[in-house]
Amino acid sequence: MSGIPFDYYARSHHDHAHDHDHDDHAPTSEHDNGPPGEYEIMSRAMQELLEQKGIVTAAQVTKRMELFDDEFPYRGAQVVARAWVDPAFKRRLLADGRAACAEMGTMLEAERLIAVENTPDVHNVIVCTLCSCYPRALLGMPPTWYKSRNYRSRVVFEPRAVLREFGTVLPEDVTVRVHDSNADMRYLVVPMRPQGAEGWSEERLAQLLSRDTLVGVTVPCVP
Amino acid sequence: MSSEALLKSTYTPAPLHRFKVGDKVVVKHVFPPGHRRTPQYIRGKQGIIERICGAYPNPEELAYGFDGLPEKVLYRVRFLQMQVWPGYAGPMNDIIEMEIFEHWLEPAGAK
Repeated sequence: MSGIPFDYYARSHHDHAHDHDHDDHAPTSEHDNGPPGEYEIMSRAMQELLEQKGIVTAAQVTKRMELFDDEFPYRGAQVVARAWVDPAFKRRLLADGRAACAEMGTMLEAERLIAVENTPDVHNVIVCTLCSCYPRALLGMPPTWYKSRNYRSRVVFEPRAVLREFGTVLPEDVTVRVHDSNADMRYLVVPMRPQGAEGWSEERLAQLLSRDTLVGVTVPCVP
Repeated sequence: MSSEALLKSTYTPAPLHRFKVGDKVVVKHVFPPGHRRTPQYIRGKQGIIERICGAYPNPEELAYGFDGLPEKVLYRVRFLQMQVWPGYAGPMNDIIEMEIFEHWLEPAGAK
């Protein structure tokens, strides 16, 4: 068994979805202080058993964790940037998110994706009130606030107040459409392409698409 | 393109579905024990079918180690916020949508 710290995923990941500096992902963390918690011990024991039975290898687990850190968090932005430059792709994404992602080579494993489009009339925001369902294969691990009781309980009945706390103030004539991601589907917001980004490449456009814009708590803007 | 791309569309309608897009439905106002994916706050509320997501193994069975078969039809249902929360402070057009399995839905107006 390798020395992988198993509270790894408990850390708050990527406060800024486009911070590509991964120096802070070395496998040492603030959680190295103190004894392992009950769940960490259970998790380690489970992995050891799975390794002994030949079901997984430590290398596979490590590779999986690297995907969550280095690849998954950026896929959502790539998909939406493509939708911004390619209207036909956007139509396919809105019609069948999983198939459109596959077309880009982005495989969603078991996730079934519903992409919802912001328009001048409708603003979408995603929550999972029951737990923390999240499009992990497109956005990586959910941020701490997404899993918080505060966000999960409030955004369903006072979405405008919660959005305001994220700095997103919407006019009364814009319909707020909350999606409770409560069962088998996962959701991705396709924000409106901001003014001032005309003629930009997909790569550059993707830089505008932070994780928060794809959950719908903020909107992208040209800095 | 890998074989993954050939998977059945996410939105393939379940062949046998009781409701269609636009139908008015009410979420059952019942509180059975166990693992349920129907939030308590939406039970008893009326909405309309927004889309049919397909048929999926029943999570209420999967949660306890069963195979979840036969699959249950899953819908997305749209509700007006004003009808979900009596004191809703936002505009009357604001909406909330979520996924509800068929066995949790009744036609609106039925008893």
